[in-house]
This record gives sequence, C-alpha cells and structure tokens, in this order.
Amino acid sequence: MAENKVLLEIKNLKKYFPTTRDILSKTPGWIKAVDGVDISIRQGETLGLVGESGCGKTTLGRVVVCLEEPTAGEVLFEGQNILGLKGHQLRSLRRQFQFIFQDPYSSLNPRKTVGGIIGEPLLNYEIGGREDRRRKVHELLDVVGLRPEHYNRYPHEFSGGQRQRIGIARALALNPKLIVCDEPVSALDVSIQSQIINLLEDLQDEFDLTYLFIAHDLSVVEHVSDRVAVMYLGRIVEVASSLELYRHPLHPYTEALLAASPIPDPTIESKEIILEGDVPNPINPPSGCHFHTRCPHAADACRQEPAPLLDEIKPSHWIRCRRVKEIRNLADSVRPSSF
Amino acid sequence: MQSTSGRGDDFLLEIRGLKTYFYSESGTARAVDDVSLSLRKGQTLGLVGESGCGKSVTALSIMGLIPNPPGKIVAGEILFQGRTDLINLSRGEMRKIRGNEISMIFQEPMTSLNPVFRIGKQIAEAVQLHQKVSRKEAWNRSVEMLRLVGIPLPEKRIHDYPHQLSGGMRQRVMIAMALSCNPKLMLADEPTTALDVTIQAQILHLMNQLKKAVGTSIILITHDLGVIAKMAQKVCVMYAGVVMETADVITLFTNPLHPYTLGLLNSIPRVDRNTGTKARLKTIEGTVPSLLNLPVGCRFSNRCPKVHEACRRWEPELAEVPAGGHSQHWVRCWLHGDASIKSRDQSLSDS
Repeated sequence: MAENKVLLEIKNLKKYFPTTRDILSKTPGWIKAVDGVDISIRQGETLGLVGESGCGKTTLGRVVVCLEEPTAGEVLFEGQNILGLKGHQLRSLRRQFQFIFQDPYSSLNPRKTVGGIIGEPLLNYEIGGREDRRRKVHELLDVVGLRPEHYNRYPHEFSGGQRQRIGIARALALNPKLIVCDEPVSALDVSIQSQIINLLEDLQDEFDLTYLFIAHDLSVVEHVSDRVAVMYLGRIVEVASSLELYRHPLHPYTEALLAASPIPDPTIESKEIILEGDVPNPINPPSGCHFHTRCPHAADACRQEPAPLLDEIKPSHWIRCRRVKEIRNLADSVRPSSF
Repeated sequence: MQSTSGRGDDFLLEIRGLKTYFYSESGTARAVDDVSLSLRKGQTLGLVGESGCGKSVTALSIMGLIPNPPGKIVAGEILFQGRTDLINLSRGEMRKIRGNEISMIFQEPMTSLNPVFRIGKQIAEAVQLHQKVSRKEAWNRSVEMLRLVGIPLPEKRIHDYPHQLSGGMRQRVMIAMALSCNPKLMLADEPTTALDVTIQAQILHLMNQLKKAVGTSIILITHDLGVIAKMAQKVCVMYAGVVMETADVITLFTNPLHPYTLGLLNSIPRVDRNTGTKARLKTIEGTVPSLLNLPVGCRFSNRCPKVHEACRRWEPELAEVPAGGHSQHWVRCWLHGDASIKSRDQSLSDS
C-alpha cells in the first residue's frame, strides 16, 4: 500500500459559509465548516473520515468532488489542482471521482426509472449509443446485486438497501478511480448495512477503487478503512492506520469518541469517558484548540495559545494536541510503530 | 398462546398476546401480531429489532396512542401493576395514566416538543395536569426537573424555547418532562438515535442515573445492539410483528438461539484488535417481508439459513428453552424450545 501513488491530495483546505450574525452588523459571520485540512489518499486505499455533526466531514467530501467551491486551499487529483479547472477541463476530469449519498430516498430522482438513473452519467458524457448504455446499465445492475427486471422500475418500489445499491451502480457507471461515500449505510437497518458494506468492499477489489469513506459509526469505519482521520469542528485532530487508531487513540477526543460507542457485549465494562457540554457551534468556535471546552486534559495554554498543528508523533500517526506527550506519557524519542 | 411470565406477582407490566393492526386500502398491516413480554419493577427491558418489526407500535399500544382509524388493538391484554388492563380503560382513565404513571420519550426531540411554548411551561403543564399543585409549585418542579437532568442554570433555561437548545439538551428536556410525575414506567423510543455519539453517551448515562434515583422501570426501544448491551437487563428481539427471542441480556449475547438474533449479532462489524483481521461480514440475505403480505409459516423462513420444511408450513410459538438458574429464555423457532421439528416433519411425511 505504501508504494501506491497518491491519488488525491488535499492542502490547507478551507470552506467557510457566510452568515449574518445579527441584522445590524455589516460584516457577515462565518461558519468555518472546513478550517484547514491537509490529507492525502493513495490509490486503492480506503480513508475513513469520522466525526460528529458539524465537524465538516460532509462538506469536505463535497468539496473534493466539486459539489462545493472551497474558500481556500488546493485539491490535487493525480497531481492536478482540480479547483482551478473550469468548463470542459473540469467536466472531463469529473468522471474520475464520484459520490454516493447518505439518504437513499432523496438522492434518486423519483421520476426516472432505475435504468434512467444509472444510465444518466453515460448519457451526460455521451458514452456509447443507446444499446451500449443499456448493456452497461444491465452489467451494473448485476454487479450491485439487482435484477435485470429492475431496469424499468421506479425508486419508490425499492427498499432503502436496494436504493443504495442503485446509487452505488450510478457511481460506478463512469468507471471512476475515487468514490466519496458519504454515510452510505447510516440510513439502513443493521442487517442491510452489512450487505452494502460487503458489496462496497467487493467492488473495491474488483474495480481497484479508492474510497473516502465518511461516517459517524466507528465500528463500520474501523471495518472498512485502512486509515482513519478524526475531525472536530473543521479540523483533523488525529490520523493513523485503522488498527493503530482503535488500539492506541492518542487525542482525547478520539478516546472519548471510542469510549462513547456502545459495545455490543454486555460482559465488557468499557471505560466511561463522558464529555461535558455540547458539540460547539462552528459559527463561534472556541479559541485556541477547538476542543479545549470539553477536554478533560485542557490547560491554560490550550485555551490561550493558537491551535497546535498536526504533528507526526509516531510514524504515520498524526495528532493535533499540544499536551499529548504529557497526557500519554510518551517519551520524546518514540520507537516506530509496528504497522 | 403461552404467557412469558410464570409468577405474575411483581411484574410492573405484562403484555399478553397483543395484536395491533392497521387497516388500509392495500390490506391489513399486522404491525404487532401476538406480542407477549413482561417487565419487573426496576428493570430495563430492551426491545430490539429493525424497521417494521413492531417495536414502536408496541410502545404506542401501551400508551394508548394508536391512531384509530386506521389502527386498532384487536387482541391481547396489557396488564399494568398486575391489575389494570390498559386496553380496556376509557380515554379519561388512560389520560390519567399517560404522562403520569407511564410516560414516553421519542426519537426526535424537536418534533415532540411544542415549538411555540417555553420548555418550563411544557414541563409544568404535565405536572399540573396530573398533580393537584399550584401553578407556582408546578414551575418550581420544572426547575427541579431540569436540574435533575443536568441542564445548567435551570432557572434561566425554563424560559427558553425548544429551538434555542441543542439536540442533546432537548432530549434532556424530554426526559425531564417524562419524569416530572415520577412515573413507574418510562418508554423510550430510540431516544438517542438522532444524537451524536458523545451526546448519546451522556443521555444513556443520565438515564441510568435517573433510573436509580427515581426508581423508574424502562422499556428501551432501539435497533442498536450496543445500546442494548449497555442499558438493558432483559431483551426481546422482535421481527415482523412478533417476538422471536426473549432472554436476559447476557444470555442473549452469549447464547443467542434464534437464527435472526444470530444474524443480527453477526452483522455487526467486528475487528480483532490483536491481529487486525477483519472478517467478511456475515449477512442476512433478503429483506424483511411486507406486513401486508407475511409468509405462511415462520416469518423469518424466507431468509433463514437453517430453514426446514416445517418452518415454511407452520409458525412456531414462543416456547421456553430449558435453562439453568432463574433466567428465562424464550425462542420462537422450530429448532428450539418445546416445539420439536421432528414431530412436525413426521406429520408432514405422513400426510
């Protein structure tokens, strides 16, 4: 995996949404949805992106596929900055990255047939004639576990899990390299979730796909991802391999997040870390380290000093915390992790 | 139809053979189709299942909140405190119990709180309705309840409107309302599904603390097996309108018998953190049958990996599994319990 080339590189990405804080103020306030994100994804990898509501993970996913224009920063796809592109150039590059939406009910056009929905990307890019498109759509139906007769049916005739399969087939239509999956299984029942997760994993092997997998369910992310990035209020606070993050979470937020996820085993007494307070508002984020208002280890420096940078504290394990060495009793020279 | 109790003495709630149907032009949806369960004082019963299994309709049936038309409780008993059958109460009598002795919290706190009234008033309203207290006393109780559920500066917060609070705060308000009259039983329908995981942890922690402080029993409805493992002492697994398995929580997770329960537990993504191996998820093939068109025989037969011919013909009853100790384990499956698959298969080949 380490030898694979970098497919996507995000550099200091920011996305701010304007908001008028009060009716009399002339300068709008800003919702800092994504506030300086640096991350890269290698070919064939699955990068999991976790965080709670308001952390910016969905906005980040949408900027990557050009559904939103960023406020600052770069997104390099195979070395090319896609954010500078317009019109025809952007259009031809967009085939390479696709999006799977969270809500299988609102992401399919209710007035189109399944065949029409899955074939629409092919039509947009004028790929093949009508017969070629029809054949391709049937191939895709088969690949996602749907049946040929579903071609002429409408979305409302299908269950949530089946609709998500339609969304996946549509995302595959143009043979993309990268698929951004935005909470693809959150709206589904547990027994259907596992079907869709297996499908996504099979498709990754079959078509050599790269995934940016956005979710809030930590056990799903752990299973699906090679590496995981944790976001809080617009910033990445920790990145590590899936195994490393779940075994040795370093950031206090990651630790609390993992502790908060209920384990389906009544015999295990998990360590209770109950964070005080609410997830803060991205309109008015706390000073310094955004997490200091809820952090059990917050010190004055955390409040007063500017936010720390993402630091590679162990090989391939990045963390944004000025106190991590003290909190975790890490020596200054750390032995490389075994991953 | 066998009762799941044995000794009917100290059961706070006992449901026997409940059937709640919904009538429509497309047919009759048998949302709850013979559900029996029981709950002791001080217990948390987890009602777990996926969409359409009937867990919410069961709760609404207990509360007398089934809209009629199109819904109707067509059979069964809901015995509260061993003596009152809630189904037979008049609307006035049920109103005295609802919000008072039995209360309910819902999944979406924004839609279940009235947006045009201040939260203090909403809590006070419940108190005034059920207890003979003055308006001032009811408002004081509001403040007390908000403090109890961990809302800071409750004397100020009682003047807030729901939209001024976060999701987690609103859910705390819902819990405050539900507990304001010291109910004996609280029904919680997916109380944390809409909340972030760290807020969920806060709310579940709060519910456990309050349960100890106030002595309320809880029926916790959820699809999340992790929440069940943390909160419940007893679990009922529901599927397509019936209970498929009932057991104490440890037995259910360590010795699940029903193939559906097994399937659910196997669907949960697990990673061996020692080796990092990620086993391919086992799935339950197929989908839940439509309540308008349930299969003949066992409702799970069309998806069951262990299906036999008998399963497709006859629906098994909820039968007790012989188990050591005091815990009771009930399963609705021809492979387990009293019902013997051999005798059924025998009569099949005889006919």
